[in-house]
Amino acid sequence: MNRQGFKWLSLGLLTGWLVIFVLFPNLMVLAVSVMTPDLRELVRPEFSLESYLRLVDPLYLDVVLHSFYLAGICTLICLLAGYPAAWIIAHTSKRMQAFLLFLFIIPFWTNSLIRTYAMKVILGNRGIINKTLMELGLIDSPIRMLYTETAVILALVYILLPFMILPLYASIEKLPSSYLEAARDLGSRKFRTFRTVVWPLTLPGVISGCLLVFLPAMGMFYIADLLGGAGNLLIGNIIRDQILVTRNWPFGAALSVTLIATMALMLWIYQRTLKAMQGGRV
Amino acid sequence: MTTDFPQAVIRLNAIDKAFDSKAILTQFDLTIYDGEFVTLLGPSGCGKTTVLRIIAGLEQQDSGTIMLGGEIISDLPAEDRSVNTVFQSYALFPHMTVYDNIAFGLRTKRVPETEIAARITEVLAMVQLTGFERRKPAELSGGQQQRVAIARAVVNKPRVLLLDESLSALDYKLRKQMQLELKRIQRQLGITFVFVTHDQEEALSMSDRIVVMNEGRIQQQGTPREIYETPANLFVARFIGESNILDATIERLLEPGTFLARIEGGSYPIHSELPLSTGDRVHVLLRPEDLRLQEINNGDNQTGLSGTVLERNYKGMTLDSLIALDSGKQLQISEFFDEDDPDFDHRLGQRVAITWVPSWEVVLPHE
Repeated sequence: MNRQGFKWLSLGLLTGWLVIFVLFPNLMVLAVSVMTPDLRELVRPEFSLESYLRLVDPLYLDVVLHSFYLAGICTLICLLAGYPAAWIIAHTSKRMQAFLLFLFIIPFWTNSLIRTYAMKVILGNRGIINKTLMELGLIDSPIRMLYTETAVILALVYILLPFMILPLYASIEKLPSSYLEAARDLGSRKFRTFRTVVWPLTLPGVISGCLLVFLPAMGMFYIADLLGGAGNLLIGNIIRDQILVTRNWPFGAALSVTLIATMALMLWIYQRTLKAMQGGRV
Repeated sequence: MTTDFPQAVIRLNAIDKAFDSKAILTQFDLTIYDGEFVTLLGPSGCGKTTVLRIIAGLEQQDSGTIMLGGEIISDLPAEDRSVNTVFQSYALFPHMTVYDNIAFGLRTKRVPETEIAARITEVLAMVQLTGFERRKPAELSGGQQQRVAIARAVVNKPRVLLLDESLSALDYKLRKQMQLELKRIQRQLGITFVFVTHDQEEALSMSDRIVVMNEGRIQQQGTPREIYETPANLFVARFIGESNILDATIERLLEPGTFLARIEGGSYPIHSELPLSTGDRVHVLLRPEDLRLQEINNGDNQTGLSGTVLERNYKGMTLDSLIALDSGKQLQISEFFDEDDPDFDHRLGQRVAITWVPSWEVVLPHE
């Protein structure tokens, strides 16, 4: 086969794939979100913005806001824990860096659903932590850890932390040490150097880390299912329930569109930040 | 010129520094005087940048003391030393404007913003970048970035300005221009400049004093002229400028300070203050421009080293020739162009006799 043919074939396959499995389904979701729910037919092709209005219905708004809150706390913890970790990794020897990054990759070898079950075994009333504490005589009755907000946040952080550390590591590692030396040379102490030089220059890593944690966090319904109990639903749980249980497809679609729109907004802010930092010429 | 004894501004005393148990500096001493333009010159890996970084406080010496203006600053962190550095890569903060870059050091010292504005206006005028305040480093050329880096350092009015290979990233023409400008800025400010380079031409043209380093040791220090005309050893002779080095053996003393020496099969008088005696071996160093060349045609009897022309290169101002002596040793000769001399453009293979201006030779002990 000639090279031109190969080029068009591979481009065509890729474009076809994206159109059929990404663009088309998303357009369907968008279309369904502005249609009318119908119990028998699932969707009636009549234009309606009712599903979007339901988003501000206190019943769902509370869940949506709580979901934002859980994902937000999770992102914050990942950032606070991940930044120092990424910094330390980036400032060890090349061999040590490879080893430490490898340690962060290992959990990916196990499906995250299975790892969530493992959390259940660890946190349960008769789980490893409670059993140990009781046998040591430190507590008389098990501490309730499972089916709490804390359990959900803990699991989200556990699953998503690598997605924060990897982009942070990439941007910290790229930061030339001469910038830090120049700041010291100009009389700046560590905290000021961090605030005025390191933080702004690693902001792209911070933002992409936050995007990679915040958005998936809201969708991980199985974590809320397994560890959260009724009070700790994520947007992902509502979407699944609307599609599979309540069978209100337009509302489920409207929720999905909202999530996608949030992501688009955050990506736009990310691009703006990048541009602003590089002096307008990118 | 004042005849006052120069005041030492920096004194390094018995500095030791090793990286991964590889010694870079051993018992290194150096004094830098107030207001001078001193250049640390040497091949890469000679420790010159390490000296600069130790003065800046960016590298901690293993032992030894550093004094700045009479105070011991050996353990003072970089941020508290009143010296500033112009980095090789400039290290301008890419997310800040030229103004904010230059203001960085003043803001750490909590200088009032009105004073900062005034000082930045002044320093930008000095480096000829007035009107560039709002630009970001990525929007500047290499030479302009270089000026901002200098401005960012000197605006803090340091006791000493350290420049680490600061011109090596610029192209030839711009480098020449920045050399002149650095000299001008130094004269204007009266600040001591410590400049690190591996470029001997740059060192010769800019410095009040050159410190030639190799393998963590000072080989020689002195004015550019002293370094060039009376190198202290073979390393300095080879590193600074072009040179022809001939082996010689002393035959006898002619008069105090003058010896007859055997060089390439002939006997020639050489001048040296070294305590030499018959049979001693020495090196005789001859700069290409100090050699004189005479063509030998059909049995002329010429005195001097004899050889044949191997190559010739017309350089505009000079004619550079490579001569193979009868022993096989090659000499470089650089003659100033003389239009009136019919013999000037030598044929390849031409027999020639080479002499030199008496007492312009430099005699070095055998190494």
